[in-house]
Amino acid sequence: MKRAYALLLACCASAASAADDARRSGSEFMSASTQAMQRDDTLNPGMLWISGGEAQWNAAAGKSGKSCAACHGDAAKSMRGVAARFPAFDAAGKVTVNLAQRINICRERRQQAPALKLEAEELLGLEAYVAMQSRGMPVAPPQDAGTRASAARGQKMYFQRIGQLNLSCAQCHDEQWGKRLAGSTIPQAHAAAYPIYRLEWQAMGSLQRRLRNCMSGVRAEIPSLGAQELVDLEAWLAVRDKGMTMESPGVRP
Amino acid sequence: MKRRDVLAAGAGLALLALARPASATPEEMAAAIKVFTGGVTPKEGKVKFDIAQLIDNGNAVPVTVAVESEQRGADHVAAIAIFNEKNPQTDVAVFTLGPRAGKAEVSTRIRLATSQRLIAIARMGDGSYWSKSVDVIVTLAACIEGEAP
Amino acid sequence: MARALIHMPATARRGEVIEIRALIGHPMETGYRPGADGRIVPRDIIRSFVCRYNGEQVFGAELHQAISANPYIAFFTIATESGTLEFTWEGDNRFAHSEKMTLTVSAA
Repeated sequence: MKRAYALLLACCASAASAADDARRSGSEFMSASTQAMQRDDTLNPGMLWISGGEAQWNAAAGKSGKSCAACHGDAAKSMRGVAARFPAFDAAGKVTVNLAQRINICRERRQQAPALKLEAEELLGLEAYVAMQSRGMPVAPPQDAGTRASAARGQKMYFQRIGQLNLSCAQCHDEQWGKRLAGSTIPQAHAAAYPIYRLEWQAMGSLQRRLRNCMSGVRAEIPSLGAQELVDLEAWLAVRDKGMTMESPGVRP
Repeated sequence: MKRRDVLAAGAGLALLALARPASATPEEMAAAIKVFTGGVTPKEGKVKFDIAQLIDNGNAVPVTVAVESEQRGADHVAAIAIFNEKNPQTDVAVFTLGPRAGKAEVSTRIRLATSQRLIAIARMGDGSYWSKSVDVIVTLAACIEGEAP
Repeated sequence: MARALIHMPATARRGEVIEIRALIGHPMETGYRPGADGRIVPRDIIRSFVCRYNGEQVFGAELHQAISANPYIAFFTIATESGTLEFTWEGDNRFAHSEKMTLTVSAA
C-alpha cells in the first residue's frame, strides 16, 4: 500500500483526483490545539510577521522611493494566486527562483533597493504577506520548461539517500509517514503552508530552513540558504503538492 | 597550541554543564504555592485547567484557566497563578483580575521542559484559595536544527 | 520596535463582557539556553503586561520564563463606558511597548 502510494506520488501527482487523493496536509498530523492556532488569525503567531510584511509592502524602498504598493497596488488583488505559482523560472536571470528570491529580484531591479538577507525578519514578513494572499487556492506549479527542469532535478534529490543516516526524503515521507520518529508523527512533507511559524523555532521560517533541518537530522552536508539544490527541491515539492490547498501562514510543531 | 585551545574549550564546556540549572522539584512548587497563598492550603475545585494531555511541542503549549464565580462582590477572582514542577523555574505566571473582569478566564501559551504536573490556583475576593492540577506528557521534536541560520 | 496585535471588538453594549486577545513579538529568552558559541544566552523576557481601561487597571500579568516566545494573553473585561484601553508590556533591558485601542460603548 505504501509502495503504491510512493509510485503514485512519483509519477502521477497531477493526475490524482480529489476523491482518491491520499495526500494529507501536515496540519492533519498535529494536535487540535496547534490546528486551532493556525486556523484562527487572532491566535496565529505568524500574524506578527504578516503585519510587519504588510507595513513593508506599503513602505518606500531603495533609490526608486517606491513601495511594492506603488506598482502592485492592493496585495489582496495583485498577489492573489502568485505564491501558488512559485518556485518559477526567471527568464531574465535564467534560473528558477522561490518567492523570497523573487521578492529580492523585484527589490533590486525595480526598486533599486538592496536584496534582503534570506531568512531575515523583513524578508520573511514580506514573503508571508504575499503567500497569505494565495491562502485557500490550489498549488499551481508553472509548466514552462525551465521550472519543470528544476523540479526534475529536485525529484532526483527527493529520492536520493543522503547523510550519515543514509536516508532519502522518500523513505520517511513517502514510506513511513504516520509512524513515530522521536515522539513526533512523521508527516507526508507537503509544503503548502510555508512560510510557517514553527513552535520548535519559536519564530517564522521558510521551507528552506525546514529542509536544512531535515538534512541536519540525517547528518548530511547542508547546502547554504538560497542554494540552487534547495530551490530545485522546493520546485519538486510544488509539483508533488499540485492541487493541494495553500495554507500560509501555517503553524507547525 | 591547538591542543591547549581544545582542552580549554573542553573545560569551558564542563563548567557549562555544571552551571546548567537542575529542574525545579515538587517541593519547590509547594513552597511557591505557599508564598502565593500566604500559607493557606488551597481547596480543590472551582478551577478549570484546560490543556492538551499530549503536547506537540513543549515550546508553546496553549492553556486556559477558568474559575467559576459570580463575579459580584466578594465572589470575584482576584488573581490566578500557575506553577509547574519540572521546568528550571517553578513560576509560570500570576494574573491579576478583579471585579471588572466579568469572566474569570485567562488563556496563554507556556513552555514545558518535560512531562510534569502543573497547578493553577485562584485567589478569591474573600481570601479563599481554590486549585486544580493537571498532568501532561511532553514529547520532543524530531529534526532539531544544529544552529539557527 | 516590537510588533503587537490586539484583537477586541470596536463596540459593545454597556455591561457586556468582552474578550481581548493580545499578542506581541518577543523572544522571551529564558537565560537557560546555550547559544551557538556555547555560552548561555542571558535572560531577556517581558515581565509584566497591564491593561488599563480609561486609566484604571482591569487586568495585569506577571510573566516568567515559562511563558512562550511571542507571548499571547487572552482575558475578559466588562464594557463599562466608551474610552481607551491601553496595553503596556515591560521587561528586561528596559523593554517597554504600549498599544491603545478605542472602545465605543452604547447603552445596554
